[in-house]
Amino acid sequence: MSSIEPVRKEVVVNVSAERAFRVFTEGVDGWWPRKHHIGTSPLKRTIIEPGVGGRWYSVCEDGTECDVGRVVLWEPPTKLLLSWQITAAWQYDPSFRTDVVVDFVALGPKSTRVTLEHRDLHRYGVAAEEIRGMVNQPGGWLLCLEEFARVAETEVS
Amino acid sequence: MANSRAASRNLDGFAALSDPTRRLVFERIARRPQPVGRLAEGLAVTRPAVSQHLKVLKDAGLVAVEARGTLRVYRLDPKGVEAMKNYLDRFWDEALSAFKEVAEAEENEA
Repeated sequence: MSSIEPVRKEVVVNVSAERAFRVFTEGVDGWWPRKHHIGTSPLKRTIIEPGVGGRWYSVCEDGTECDVGRVVLWEPPTKLLLSWQITAAWQYDPSFRTDVVVDFVALGPKSTRVTLEHRDLHRYGVAAEEIRGMVNQPGGWLLCLEEFARVAETEVS
Repeated sequence: MANSRAASRNLDGFAALSDPTRRLVFERIARRPQPVGRLAEGLAVTRPAVSQHLKVLKDAGLVAVEARGTLRVYRLDPKGVEAMKNYLDRFWDEALSAFKEVAEAEENEA
């Protein structure tokens, strides 16, 4: 499972590294693909809050907010590390984390190579196996939930 | 990018999850393996419609089916990691080409 290679992308943009970094972060709403977001209503805008610990999230038209992850490293204009915490169940899960590393390498005053690596993808496999394991094993968490429900209902009556 | 077969598989996985109902079915399976009958419960679609969604998800390599006694239980495909990776691969392709366009358009305006 850990042999899963990261997704690696590279693009050369004909702008300075400063501008590339700014458009990638502050300007994320301008380029973020809208049709693939995880919320229940159409996407209104996407925000990456500047600085380490900043939220990366989307606001839907119905006002709800969907988290994507956090800013882990913020080193303008050369490096950005974001956590991507969307599970295979298409839910934000703070306990689940994959990393998106973005490097901005100045090739010239108006030329920047942007490389993006989305890594730790094997965790999707681990999560799937864990879910499977939990459900399958006798006395797994489903049983715990049933027990919880039984106790909760008993307490009420 | 890999060969054209892998590319078409990407498209399949990508397209498979663009339908909101299908994504809901996929999410439910991701949370818990279950048979088609239970999947159809609580969804505002007919059981044949759910079966149709399952077929698309299965063809896209996102879910797999296994027999448990007389039940056919749907669960995430063990190769689902690959499917997820393919999805993200295509997602970032699209995102970065839009990023380039926006970055350079702003540069021209400046």
